[in-house]
Amino acid sequence: MMNSNATSSSSGVAGSTEISTPRRNSKRPKYSKFTQQELPACKPILTPGWVISAFMLVSIVFIPIGVASLFASRDVVEIVDRYETACIPPASKSHKVEYIQSSEDKTCNRTLRVLKRMKQPIYVYYQLDNFYQNHRRYVKSRSDEQLKYVRSENDTSACKPEDNNGLSIVPCGLIAWSLFNDTYSFSRNNQQLTVNKKGISWKSDREHKFGEKVYPKNFQNGKLIGGAHLNSSIPLSEQEDLIVWMRTAALPTFRKLYGKIEVDLQENELIQVAVENNYNTYSFNGKKKLVLSTTTWLGGKNDFLGIAYLTVGGLSFFLSMAFTVVYLAKPRRLGDSSYLSWNRNPGGH
Amino acid sequence: MSAMKRYIYINDDELSQNLYCDNRISNKKYTILNFLPKNLWEQFSRFMNQYFLLIACLQLWSLITPVNPATTWGPLIIIFAISATKEAWDDYNRYLSDKKANEKDVWVVKQGIKKHIQAQDIRVGNIVWLRENVEVPCDLVLIGTSDPQGLCYVETAALDGETDLKTRVIPSACVGIDFELLHKIKGVIECPNPDKDIRRLDANLRLFPPFIDNDVCSLTIKNTILQSCYLRNTEWACGVAVYTGNETKLGMSRGVPEPKLTAVDATIDKLTGAIFIFQIVVVIVLGIAGNVWKDTEARKQWYVQYPNEVSWHELLVIPLRFELLCSIMIPISVKVSLDLVKSLYAKFIDWDSEMIDLETGTPALAANTAISEDLGQVEYIMTDKTGTLTENRMIFKRCCISGRFYGNESGDALKDVELVNAVASGSPDVIRFLTVMAICNTVIPIRSKSGSISYKAQSQDEEALVRAAACLHMVFVNKSADILEINLNGAIVQFDVLDTLEFTSDRKRMSVVVKDCKSGKIVLLSKGADEALLPCAHTGQQMRTFAEAVEQYAQLGLRTLCLAWRELEEDEYREWSLTFRDANSSLVDREWRVAEVCQRLEHDFEILGVAAIEDRLQDGVPETIKALRQAGINFWMLTGDKQNTAVQIALSCNFVSPEPKGQLLLINGKTEDEVCSSLEKVLLTMRTTNSEPKDVAFAIDGWALEIALKHYKKAITELALLSRTAICCRVTPSQKAQLVELVKSCDYKTLAIGDGGNDVRMIQEADIGVGISGREGLQAARAADYSIGKFRFLKRLILVHGRYSYNRTAFLSQYSFYKSLLICFIQIFFSFISGISGTSLFNSVSLMAYNVFYTSIPVLVSVLDKDLSETTVMQHPQILFYCQAGRLLNPSTFAGWFGRSLFHAIVVFVITIRVYAFERSDMEEMSMVALSGCIWLQAFVVALETNSFTVLQHLAIWGNLAGFYFINWIVSAFPSLGMHTIMFRLCRQRCYWATMLLIVAVGMGPVLALKYFRYTYRPSKINILQQAERLGGPILSLGNIEPQPRLLEKDVTPSSGTQPKNRNPIYEPLLSDSSNATGRSFGSGTPFDFFQSQSRLSSSYYRNCKDT
Repeated sequence: MMNSNATSSSSGVAGSTEISTPRRNSKRPKYSKFTQQELPACKPILTPGWVISAFMLVSIVFIPIGVASLFASRDVVEIVDRYETACIPPASKSHKVEYIQSSEDKTCNRTLRVLKRMKQPIYVYYQLDNFYQNHRRYVKSRSDEQLKYVRSENDTSACKPEDNNGLSIVPCGLIAWSLFNDTYSFSRNNQQLTVNKKGISWKSDREHKFGEKVYPKNFQNGKLIGGAHLNSSIPLSEQEDLIVWMRTAALPTFRKLYGKIEVDLQENELIQVAVENNYNTYSFNGKKKLVLSTTTWLGGKNDFLGIAYLTVGGLSFFLSMAFTVVYLAKPRRLGDSSYLSWNRNPGGH
Repeated sequence: MSAMKRYIYINDDELSQNLYCDNRISNKKYTILNFLPKNLWEQFSRFMNQYFLLIACLQLWSLITPVNPATTWGPLIIIFAISATKEAWDDYNRYLSDKKANEKDVWVVKQGIKKHIQAQDIRVGNIVWLRENVEVPCDLVLIGTSDPQGLCYVETAALDGETDLKTRVIPSACVGIDFELLHKIKGVIECPNPDKDIRRLDANLRLFPPFIDNDVCSLTIKNTILQSCYLRNTEWACGVAVYTGNETKLGMSRGVPEPKLTAVDATIDKLTGAIFIFQIVVVIVLGIAGNVWKDTEARKQWYVQYPNEVSWHELLVIPLRFELLCSIMIPISVKVSLDLVKSLYAKFIDWDSEMIDLETGTPALAANTAISEDLGQVEYIMTDKTGTLTENRMIFKRCCISGRFYGNESGDALKDVELVNAVASGSPDVIRFLTVMAICNTVIPIRSKSGSISYKAQSQDEEALVRAAACLHMVFVNKSADILEINLNGAIVQFDVLDTLEFTSDRKRMSVVVKDCKSGKIVLLSKGADEALLPCAHTGQQMRTFAEAVEQYAQLGLRTLCLAWRELEEDEYREWSLTFRDANSSLVDREWRVAEVCQRLEHDFEILGVAAIEDRLQDGVPETIKALRQAGINFWMLTGDKQNTAVQIALSCNFVSPEPKGQLLLINGKTEDEVCSSLEKVLLTMRTTNSEPKDVAFAIDGWALEIALKHYKKAITELALLSRTAICCRVTPSQKAQLVELVKSCDYKTLAIGDGGNDVRMIQEADIGVGISGREGLQAARAADYSIGKFRFLKRLILVHGRYSYNRTAFLSQYSFYKSLLICFIQIFFSFISGISGTSLFNSVSLMAYNVFYTSIPVLVSVLDKDLSETTVMQHPQILFYCQAGRLLNPSTFAGWFGRSLFHAIVVFVITIRVYAFERSDMEEMSMVALSGCIWLQAFVVALETNSFTVLQHLAIWGNLAGFYFINWIVSAFPSLGMHTIMFRLCRQRCYWATMLLIVAVGMGPVLALKYFRYTYRPSKINILQQAERLGGPILSLGNIEPQPRLLEKDVTPSSGTQPKNRNPIYEPLLSDSSNATGRSFGSGTPFDFFQSQSRLSSSYYRNCKDT
């Protein structure tokens, strides 16, 4: 009795305790699995069985995928014709840049042999090498607002240095200005092969990025002529070459869709191509290639995926085998407390 | 000295009105006006914030910015807003509590009339009236109390943490001034400018006529009552305000403690610095390369249209672009995530139901939310003794009165029928014994309104004795002035206290001279340590039983006190009392002279008996200390107690390990030379025994420590590093702090734990301060970073919370850098194929979302990760070593993460550009493929590094992956957001999914293989325990790891009752032969215990551990 009295007085009287005691008690935690960090948990560990079977599973999955995609890639028929050197007349070989900048007729005839039967649709691409569409100065030099809306016609601040030459340029910017302007016309047995240039760009771009009412204005009017001219009576949303070109490539080597040939090509057929060689890649030693390609479920010709899958599958198979061998040769009991060295000298430190 | 003074004119409204500040207390850091600038300034004084601000500003320059400035400004503003709001909220709370204190009503004399005003309006010089149990509003010099002698009692717990009542007295000049006249008192007080010394005040008081003469009366701290004290046991008191507002002693000592930085934070800062340097190198290299490429290649690329002539500053553009591109290397999210998880760690501590002290219902409290990781890295624990290791609850247990043992059978003398009968029958020996117990002390009885009596005592021992006496019907009922009243079996006995011979640590005893009011006999009552009293007994008395009793009680771990008395002749007393008064008023060597005079009276005692008091160790203390020592933590005991007591407590709670190999070295000495030689000898022994697996500890006392710290700092530092255990006795609070600082200066993580006001400085000094919300008030608990109810919770605090916090932060911080570096490396690689021009592969929205959503959420749930279960950690405290040594977060682990991010960046980049080549190489598609590759990889990395999956983790990791697609579908649906339809297109492509699968397999395969190999063939201790724990089987055998040391212990443990003589001989100090008189043997020789607090080796504690 005496005890309890005295205790309460000695702790309760202190003013300091009065202030903080109720606060502390009210903060008394509620019990829950979360607050006690006791949520049920599964704790997987890397047992040999798990790891070996994981690698095995990877190899089982990857090798077939690899084989399949390699076959798919091999199914693709692709004709690549590099023409930028061949299309320079021998007389101009020493001064290619002057040649390309001159105004003479630069048509050049190429003949392609179809190595394997090509089923339609056959995609026609042009491929540029060493062309940095991803260069910072280049990639930023466009005005999406201007491409979409007539009212934003003067919104060219991002387009420097091709923003205006007294008047606002539509479409402005380096990208549009440097539009690729080589053209190809195909013929087979002296018969014109039509190249369908409709629908080569993304539908979403035509509908949402390039305005139906925006027409080219003051384009390629300056002193410096970059690439192609645009027909100023066709709205941007129908200028599909421009739309394709404006979808900038992330790599310095890229292909852009030129059109589609919608007839089958037979094996060993010869295709004549009249190339109008206008685009200047000579000043930076860029290559130009004409590509005809079919497509499969995995896209165009690209062996990388198949080879990579086969390699990964093979390596995982090898790893799982190696782990199995090592495990059998040198078994080691997991969690053996005798490995805990402090057990060997108890209490020692 | 003379210049810095203030003159206070008492009760003079004109003269001192506006000279000094008013009594408004302000703890506010900010005002409304200066909040924004001041807070911003504070935030920007951190390097990281300056860095982010610089980056954000650079981004405003559109020529160089690769992404939208919002990517940096958004998070930056959010971060700043969060910390500013937190600061503002804290400051607002401080303002509210200040306001409450400032608006308290007080009685003050103004223009000669007592008025009720608010506390904040008190001015220096005002006379303030206080009633019983009110808080003192400012520092006052007493001028009157309700007590005719001018005494009053104050409780100073809020100031120094001591809960006993202190006596304060009015200055001699004011004695006898009439109650009514106090209103009109005038005078001047000359006092020093405000300082924070709460033990000292050197002031003078001179009252003006008509009050007494012109004599200057000196004032000491005894004449003051300081702000925040409580007036107790005194009806009223009044005093002159001398210091007010923030200039009071309390206000001056209230400093804003420096924010503590954890070791983990420091490491993260260092790593950040390293990354920053790396970033600068990358920027410089790429910047130069970019400029070279621009001049050689880009000029030929006509479509880029580089102008031909450029000014010099154009050279900076490319490096600055890269700086911005690489700025995400230092993740802006790391600070936010860390703050967030740290507060969660603190919450976990607050919430922990296993750390609630069931007795008082006090939960653990983490006041400092920022330093939980440090708990896992503690290397030194500095602990207080009384109240921290022990319960600080003294209970009278046994006694031996004139050769008879009471309480031996039941273990509690109060329940011993024989003793109760002896009291009832009025056995003179027993009555005298009880009388000494009841009145030979400085205890103040307080009668509450209900009539029950409680006691306020300076020493817990005295309180225990008085209470025990009360239980035996010798109730100490009242003390008014010098008259003591005792209620013995219903009869009131009065004693007149003639003199009090106070306790000093040298005399080790205290006595009172009382006169029995009825018989007029003068008696000297004395109590003290056996060694101090037994030699003073009158010749012829049989001492053996008492010595045996002392011995026996000590064996049980009880503190012993001898009680004695002597009847004095009237003449003898009168003669002595003159010399005593003389000595008391002497100005030179007063303490020594008083002691000498006391000695003259204290002789020829009749020893009445021995009282044994128990101060039990708290529950679980030995186990806690043992486990933490196993965890590799060094323990130092810093106590104000005597060496003997400290050593015995140390023995009883596993402090000094009880193996035969254990050894205790003493450092003693009164002079510099003695200390030096003693120190050197100990050091020598330490060095030689260091290689052996011997548990060597040293003990040092305050005096020697003072000398050592002053003159032999190097030696004592070396000693501190060599010794795993140390006992420092009789140390002052400031020495405690100095010791903490000493260990801290050697780059060790220190934790200080204590419960009293005297531990506050050490708690504040240490890296981590832990307060025990115990019986000595909450002073320590409030100053501390963590407060816990009992010492034993320290084990859980360190092993569970500290360890988990460290592990989690280690993962989280390194992971944050990993994911930032990953995306940054990809950007760098991309720059090599984009003409080193600083193009960003990723768009602004993706970059921001990557940092803020996609990668932060999965990693935040790592706060739930547990590598080992709590039980396993508690069973194997040694595992803490990994945290202490910083094995989970250091440059080499960081290099591992760095390498991993480089590897993963290569994997993502190469696979992406190879698969998305030629006709697929659209920039928007490719950037999204690379980004998804990163997201997939990071999900698997988190999954692989997670040890325990709860629902939340699965939800966060896989849900986040789903969330990534969901968010991107939404973003893809809007034409204006820059990635219109991209995600829809990608999800329809088989080759996209094939790419993701490939990236995951190539990225994770080697990591998994490496981890598996390490896990199986080079497992760390953590891995072994994980395996053991999860395979289920061997965990049972883990239980067998412990018993070995226990067996040893069992052998050593002396069975308490049967062989009391057989004292543990192992603690024979090495130097006992060589050191002089001060060297004390703790071995078989009988160490006498001292009065203040003593305790002996208690073998019963060993039994406790065995039982558990």
